[in-house]
Formats: sequence, structure tokens, C-alpha cells
Amino acid sequence: MEESYFRSVLRRFRYHRAGVVSFWVVVVMMVLAVAAPLIVPYSPDAINEEFSAAPSVAHWLGTDQIGRDVLSRLLYGMRTSLLIGVSATLISTVIGVALGLLAGYLGGAADQIIMRFTDMVMSFPYILLILVAGVIFRPGLVSMILILGFVDWPGVARLVRGDVLSLKKRDFVTSSRIAGMPGSYIMFSDILPNTMGDILVFATTVMATSILDEAALSFLGLGVQPPTASLGNMLNGAGSVTVLTDMPWLWLSPGIAIILLVVCVNFVGDALRDALDPAMVK
Amino acid sequence: MAKYIIRRVLIALIVLFGITVIDFLIMSLLGNPIEILSGGPKVSDAMLARRAESMGLDQPVIVQYLNWLKAVMHGDFGYSYTDYQPVSNQIVSHLGPTLILTVSALVLSLIIAVAGGIYSAVHVHSKGDYVIVTLSFIGQSVPGFFLALLLIYIFAVRLGWVPASGMRELGTDTEGVSVAHLILPCVTLAVSMAGRNIRYIRSAMLEILNRDYLRAAEARGIGKRRVIWKHALRNALIPILTVTGMEIPGLFGGSVIIEQVFSWPGIGLLTVNAVLTRDYPVIMAVCLLSAVVVLVANLLLDILYAVVDPTVRLT
Repeated sequence: MEESYFRSVLRRFRYHRAGVVSFWVVVVMMVLAVAAPLIVPYSPDAINEEFSAAPSVAHWLGTDQIGRDVLSRLLYGMRTSLLIGVSATLISTVIGVALGLLAGYLGGAADQIIMRFTDMVMSFPYILLILVAGVIFRPGLVSMILILGFVDWPGVARLVRGDVLSLKKRDFVTSSRIAGMPGSYIMFSDILPNTMGDILVFATTVMATSILDEAALSFLGLGVQPPTASLGNMLNGAGSVTVLTDMPWLWLSPGIAIILLVVCVNFVGDALRDALDPAMVK
Repeated sequence: MAKYIIRRVLIALIVLFGITVIDFLIMSLLGNPIEILSGGPKVSDAMLARRAESMGLDQPVIVQYLNWLKAVMHGDFGYSYTDYQPVSNQIVSHLGPTLILTVSALVLSLIIAVAGGIYSAVHVHSKGDYVIVTLSFIGQSVPGFFLALLLIYIFAVRLGWVPASGMRELGTDTEGVSVAHLILPCVTLAVSMAGRNIRYIRSAMLEILNRDYLRAAEARGIGKRRVIWKHALRNALIPILTVTGMEIPGLFGGSVIIEQVFSWPGIGLLTVNAVLTRDYPVIMAVCLLSAVVVLVANLLLDILYAVVDPTVRLT
């Protein structure tokens, strides 16, 4: 039974062409990012002879203002951005699921307190919270992950709470309760598995926004600090007019990498949504 | 209806109280203003203590919070650390440009999203629908600042059609905003918003078009165009309201980075500069104000929902 559900989801996922292609693109980018130290032609911090050189056979994507190979930095940047995207998504999903489950399952005062707190966090414009957190903690890779992780959870919490509220009324949960099952069983064995689909779909959205936010913050110089490369801080130089007009290879390649990554993550999320939605069965 | 509104307002007041507490706590976390203001080891401890006393910093945190809250309610957000101007003056002078930019971008994005979403829903599974949906994914996935750089590169640097930064021509006496300067930042901001919303409006419209009364209207031979304009669009008002509501918190955040790239002299530019120079009073005032704006906007939307859709009042 379990197997056949999984199969039917997989079958419907395959039906979404863009989703399947995107899935493989994300996989390839992840493999490239993980394997970066093994495959980069130069060290990402090594300074080569040519400064600000246009793309050539030796440097496929050119070199930056202090002579570092752009392709090598791009692969390392992808590694950083993906690490931040995946970790921040994991943290915020865990927090959001925990709070959403508690609020929805306990109800009453606990629900009120948790959801009002969620409202408060949601009222602060997202980017401002991140900026302020960036002021309190020293900017860097780890603080980026923690900041994004601790700011992204309210959406997940609301989603899970809504799911729990509607699942609580369903017969199979009532039957567990009448059978005298403990609350933890109902929460983790009855309710949680049935919200997994929604959580998974939402997680792709969170991952896409985390990658975009990392890029924006690092672009402003408030995120990942050089010399560590990230897709965002590689675009940092493009704020100056000479780089923007005369060295497009410096900012086009990381920009296109971000778009490709985020478009693909969004498409995978869309395909998952279609595949997991029972109403879509054809 | 009255009961519903009172309930909503009460919840909003509780959230508002929480927001001020969070804002104040963050500000305390950021550090002691005395140490920041003293700016060096040359000032004696006695001087610092006297200064702390005059600023009320020797009192318990709760008293400090209440004093701060009282001042804030009178519009007094303290003084900027960088230019010693009252923070409220700075905010007022930067508010206009941000409003012009965000409101025009919101309107533009709604026009794009509603037109695109309805076209897609009416021509569902056609080539045009496919193109619009794909474009919306791309629009949603392009980082705002990268799109800004791209547009500046193409339209300002290469083609020279529009200026790349600022709000008006420098060195002229003209007041206000020039439309040529507004185009690029407005389009940049609108693209990502429209990208997010097209698919939402499309699916809402699809659902509406499949409802029985619309099929009945079509079966009566009214004609597809009139069905859409007279009946479907009215029902699409609710998803359009939802989309507008979802964008309001993000509007401000999105404009922070766009203003920075285009040197648009609004609240966003003020904020980023304040963050870079650690000008805490400015940062916290902006945080508080924007949270309040979001809160009020959400409250108004909740009430509007109840006006448009009577079933909402029951929940």
C-alpha cells in the first residue's frame, strides 16, 4: 500500500516535464558543488597572472579584478549558496513544523500564544529582520545559515497548523483517540505523515527564497564575507560602473547560476505539488 | 460584523504590543548607546554615568521600555548616531520616494498579474498559457538586484534610454520625481511580484471559470467575453485582494535592495546606510514603523475580506 502510493506520486511527478528536467539540473549542480574541490581547474583563492581577463581557453569564465579564476569561484560559490539554502531550510522547517504541530494539536491558549508570536515575527519585514540580525551577529557563513533558518519558519508553522486542524477532525484520528493512543502517537504517527507532502512542497519555496536572500545580503556586503565565495558576493563588484559595463563575465555567470538554481528548485516544487495533490489524479 | 472587527482589532493590538517589546529587546541587544556614543576611552566614567542618568539608562529595563514607548507614541524616535538629526525627520523625508516607488510597482505588478493570469486561465493549456507560466517562474526566480543590474546594463548603459540612478536630474531645481528615473526601479520591483502572483490569479480564475453558474451563463449564450468581464472578474476580486495583501510585507523588503542599487532616496536606502553605519535608532524606528504598517494593512484586508465575502465573518 505504502509502496503503491509512493509509485503513483513518482508517476505523476514524471508527468511534469519541466519538473523532471529541473530535478536533474539541481542534482547536477549539487554534485558539482559537492565535488568542487576535486574538479576546479584552479584554487578559488589562487591569484593568476591575468587580472580582469575576458573568458579564454585557460580561464573559461575569465578572471576577476585580483586575478582569481571565475569558474573555480563559481563552483565554490554554488557550494556555499547550496549549503546555506539546504541548512537554512532544514532549520526553519524543523522549527515551523514543531510550532505548527504544537499549536494545532494543543489548541486553546498554547495555540493563541504560538500563533500571535508567529504574527509578530511575520509583521516585521523579512529582509529587515535579516539585516538587523546581520548587525547583531558577525556576518559569515554560519550566522547566515542561523539567521535565515530562524527567520523563515512562520510560513511553515501556519501551514502545518492549518493541516493539523483539518486532520484532527478526520475519522482515523478520532479512532486513534478513542482507542486510547497516547498524544505523541497521534501527533507523530497519524498527523505528521499526512502533512509531509505539504511540508515538502513548502520547503522547496523556503529553499528558493533562502538562496535568493543569501545572494541579496551577500551582494550588499552583509552576508558571506570574502574571500569565501558565494553566488551573492561574486556579484558584489558589479555595483561599480566599470565592472558593470566592461566586465560582464564577472557578474553574468553568478547571476545566471542563481537564476538557474532557483528556477529549477521552484519547478521541482511545482511538480511535487501536482504529484502529491490527490485531486490531480488523472 | 461588528463583533468580527472588534475581535480582529483586539488581536492586532496584542500583536502590536508584542512588536514593540521585540523591537525594544533587539535594540537593547544591540548594545549600550552610551558606549556607542562615547566613541573612545577618553571620556571619564563619571561623565558616562551622568550621561546615562540623563538618558534614563540607570533605570530598570521595564521603566526604560515604558519611557521609550511613551516617546515613540509621541513620534520621538531619538536621534540618529551619524548626523544627530531627529530620526522622525529622516523618516518623513525618505517616506515619499518609497511610497511613490512601491505603490507604482504594486499597481504595475497587479496589472501584469491580472492580465496575464486571466489570459492564461481563459486559454488554459495553450501555448500562450505555457509561455506565461514559464515566464512567471523565471520572474519569481530572478534576484531583484540582478535584474536591476541587467536592466541598468541594457537600458541605461548600452542603449542610454533612461538614467541608471537617483530620483531626478542632479543640478536642476526641479522638485519631485522624474518618470524616466522611476521606470527601471519600478519595473524591477514589479517583475518579481508579478511572477509570484500570475499563477495564483490563474488558478483562482480557473476555479471560478469552472463553477456552475458561469457554465450556466455561458450556456445561456451570453458569450465568453461578457461572461468573463461581467461575472468572473467580480469573483476574482477576492484572489486579487489576497495577492495585494501578501505583497504588502514584501513590498518594503524588496524595495530595500532595489533602492540601494538605484540610489533611490527612500526608506530602503536610509535603512541600508543605517545598517552599514550601525545607526541603531534609525534601524529600530524603521523596523517598528514597517511592522506597524504591515499590521494595519493586514487588519484592513481582513476587514475588507469580510465585506466582500460574508462567509469569512463566521470563522
